[in-house]
Amino acid sequence: MAIGKYEDLNAMQIDVLREVGNIGSGNATTALSSMMGKVIDIEVPHVEVLDFNAAIDAVGGPEKVIAGLLIRINGDIDGMIMFLFEQNLISLIVSTFFGAEPENIFSLNEAELSAINEMGNIMAGSYVNAIAQLAGLTIDVEPPSMTIDMLGAIMSVPAIEMGEMGDKLLFIDNNMKIDDTSIRSKMLLLPTIDSLDHLLEKLGVA
Amino acid sequence: MGQKLIVGISDWKIGKGDDILVTYALGSCIGTCLYDKTTGISGLSHIMLPDSTAIIDGNTTRMKFADTALPDMLDRMRAMGANVPAIKAKIAGGAVMFQTTNSKFNIGQRNIEAVKAALQRLRIPILAEDVGLNYGRTMTFWAQNGAVEISSTIMGKKMI
Repeated sequence: MAIGKYEDLNAMQIDVLREVGNIGSGNATTALSSMMGKVIDIEVPHVEVLDFNAAIDAVGGPEKVIAGLLIRINGDIDGMIMFLFEQNLISLIVSTFFGAEPENIFSLNEAELSAINEMGNIMAGSYVNAIAQLAGLTIDVEPPSMTIDMLGAIMSVPAIEMGEMGDKLLFIDNNMKIDDTSIRSKMLLLPTIDSLDHLLEKLGVA
Repeated sequence: MGQKLIVGISDWKIGKGDDILVTYALGSCIGTCLYDKTTGISGLSHIMLPDSTAIIDGNTTRMKFADTALPDMLDRMRAMGANVPAIKAKIAGGAVMFQTTNSKFNIGQRNIEAVKAALQRLRIPILAEDVGLNYGRTMTFWAQNGAVEISSTIMGKKMI
């Protein structure tokens, strides 16, 4: 049966999506870990179906300043991957690549920005490839775009695009912790409702 | 003692007297303050999308769309005793948060246009605006005097 709204998902489907998040984020984290030369812990992902305001609260609150990387995906799954990097992770990535932290993360130079985008690109590719292999899907990843701003403003983008047909947002939320420090990052997979149907069908739980 | 009224995404609220209305982190969404200086009755709306008529599914709130939220909020203000011909608007938001190659549509710009069109239909003049560009904005609105502050991560604070 086709899912008309995110809140129609049953417990088994939620479990399957959690496992999708597990496999995707496991792959993406391995990629990040080898690029950074750091140990990265990932938590068990959560599948959240929340209204817009609760979704923003769940990922940190509207006025928290964070780096958002938006990666559109299309093909057998349409939607977005959104990385939410804490400001200290941006500093860490820049210092890993260039040997020095940026003076001001709000005015990164072109090389620094492209290093962060490339990191996002590789991680998103790893995430999506793992899902694609699992479900026998073809999924394309578009180049990332980054901004550092208030979380509410960043999350308004998926809310507007995914929330057009209803008042809720579905996301698979993966938390990472780097080198056992306070450096944290989130990776969200936000499928459109139509492609969610397609994914669940391919995974045999439609 | 006034209250601090938090307006969420696809929401609107009415305040008066010493109330302060706040909506956080407008990205491509638009915040619209309606202020009647004769009574102090003040409304703040946070819309996400321009047009409710494009949405087939009826299963969604009218507060989400420019074309339904603003007339509804004005009706409520009128019912509370606002002097509609005296009402003026201030608007903010409508940013493009991400520069992507395949932005299907510039939703921020469409939201700006839809809010302006809705206000024009309601014959409400726009006194001030801070719209477009590429950053998020928090909007704070004092019902006492109609003052509106815009704060953003990069640009700091300003009054409009």
